[in-house]
Amino acid sequence: MSHNMLLVFEVTILILAIFLGFEVISKVPTLLHTPLMSGTNAIHGIVLAGAMIVLASGHKGPFAWVIGFLAVVLGSANVVGGFVVTDRMLEMFKKREPAKAADATQDGKSGS
Amino acid sequence: MSTNLTNLLYLIPIVTFILALRFLSSPAHARRGNQVGAVGMLVAIVVTWVKAGGTSWWALVIAMLIGGGAGAVIARRVKMTAMPQLVALFNGVGGGAAALIALAELHDKLPAPGRPHIDVLVAIALSGLIGAVSFAGSMVAFAKLQELIGGRPITYPGQNVGNIALLAALVAFAVALSAGVQAEWLLWVIVGGSAVFGVLFVLPIGGADMPVVISLLNAFTGLAVAIGGFELQNNVLIVAGMLVGASGTLLTILMGRAMNRSIGNLLFGAFGQVSAEAAAVAAGDGGGTVRSASAEDVAVMLAYAHKVVFVPGYGLAVAQAQHDVRQLADLLEEKGVEVSYAIHPVAGRMPGHMNVLLAEANVPYPQLKEMDEANPEFSRTDVAVVVGANDVVNPDARSNQGSPIYGMPILDVDNAQTVVVLKRSMNPGFAGIENPLFYNPKTVMLFGDAKDSITKLIQDVKVA
Repeated sequence: MSHNMLLVFEVTILILAIFLGFEVISKVPTLLHTPLMSGTNAIHGIVLAGAMIVLASGHKGPFAWVIGFLAVVLGSANVVGGFVVTDRMLEMFKKREPAKAADATQDGKSGS
Repeated sequence: MSTNLTNLLYLIPIVTFILALRFLSSPAHARRGNQVGAVGMLVAIVVTWVKAGGTSWWALVIAMLIGGGAGAVIARRVKMTAMPQLVALFNGVGGGAAALIALAELHDKLPAPGRPHIDVLVAIALSGLIGAVSFAGSMVAFAKLQELIGGRPITYPGQNVGNIALLAALVAFAVALSAGVQAEWLLWVIVGGSAVFGVLFVLPIGGADMPVVISLLNAFTGLAVAIGGFELQNNVLIVAGMLVGASGTLLTILMGRAMNRSIGNLLFGAFGQVSAEAAAVAAGDGGGTVRSASAEDVAVMLAYAHKVVFVPGYGLAVAQAQHDVRQLADLLEEKGVEVSYAIHPVAGRMPGHMNVLLAEANVPYPQLKEMDEANPEFSRTDVAVVVGANDVVNPDARSNQGSPIYGMPILDVDNAQTVVVLKRSMNPGFAGIENPLFYNPKTVMLFGDAKDSITKLIQDVKVA
């Protein structure tokens, strides 16, 4: 594929991603806005893939190697930290009805 | 591995990221979504590894262990109250990585025979610029939230003019680089200058406006990553980055709307500057008297109420009183009181901050009411308990045109029978804005640290 064809193709998916993003994100309730931020933080950790490509081209010289190394460190901190924090947050969101209101629906576990 | 096969396999992470966001539409399966996203990320890393592989594999392993290890340790150890700064931190490192990739790509492409394609140069200049702004801005936001530097707006004369001039210069450099000026130092100047701009741009923004700044920086990092995808001709970077860009943009808009302020005003208004005259106006209307109450009085009020609504603000996070508030709420529920929580969209330091704090304290999320849902309820509420919130319950936002927060939608706690405000002292809040709610005859103040006050209330409600 020629460079220009590839570019047009990339711009197309970029634009589609914008609309898809707005569509999907607008369905996220305000309740989950913090996990949304943190989750999208984890997703932009995909920058790690780019950093890996740069570091792997490190044979071209020490500059690319050093920059790539730093970028991989930052990128992997982004990925691991992002997903772990989001998981910790989402783990806390429980639909545990208060005991008094829950006698009919829940398994009767104490609410407090 | 061929490029076609790689791009085909990259569809797996792309789909899982979209699913991860899709699953966030309900707390019931949000966690599953995040795990699906993490698996997709793993696939992306493996595919990239196989494709790039090469000679530096041991360097890759070491770098990933350092970064991943640090990320995991920090993410595991940090307290939930420190979430906003953690999000800022991880946001910043992503932006930093994008800027570094731009530097490396230009270094790689310039010496090659023939001129690099203009779109690649544009992408390099832009992701260097935006990535560095995001990195430095996030670090300042982190420092502010961690209270390494003061949270109050830092202002100086000529601030906006200086910032805009700097940004204009940076854009000019980026245009020069894109137009084919073959100088690597140009990008260094762009990246360095953008880092300075990032610092200058976040410094004047006050802590109360942090939810907007964090959302915006989130969008920036997403954008920088997406543009990085154009440098490396990498689809997954483009799609994933742009999803984040869209998300951050949407959140920024929502936060601005929740404060009834334009994004421009938020970013360049340095909240608090206009408040001097408004404060004078507010002070002019008599001040009135403040009623303060003892914990016993408030405890009796709560214990014999039918419906109590808690209104949490950043003060709750600072005092780390979320667990105590839940204990108090449980106790009241045992006594047959109906309890809920009214949450303003910009309460706290990031979008949804209060929801996470209360979820940490095991408050069931159906009790957490958004503003639109909570406001009609106040008229049939006996006691509204304001814990460490100020601006989001300030009636001046409805009625006083001179107030800097005039027009901001607020929680109408003054429609409740009684309002109890837990507050350290009568010092005006973060933004330094006078709050007539405190002088309302319906209001009683319970002075002291929020955690101590709530603990006392728990003891007194038990005997009430």
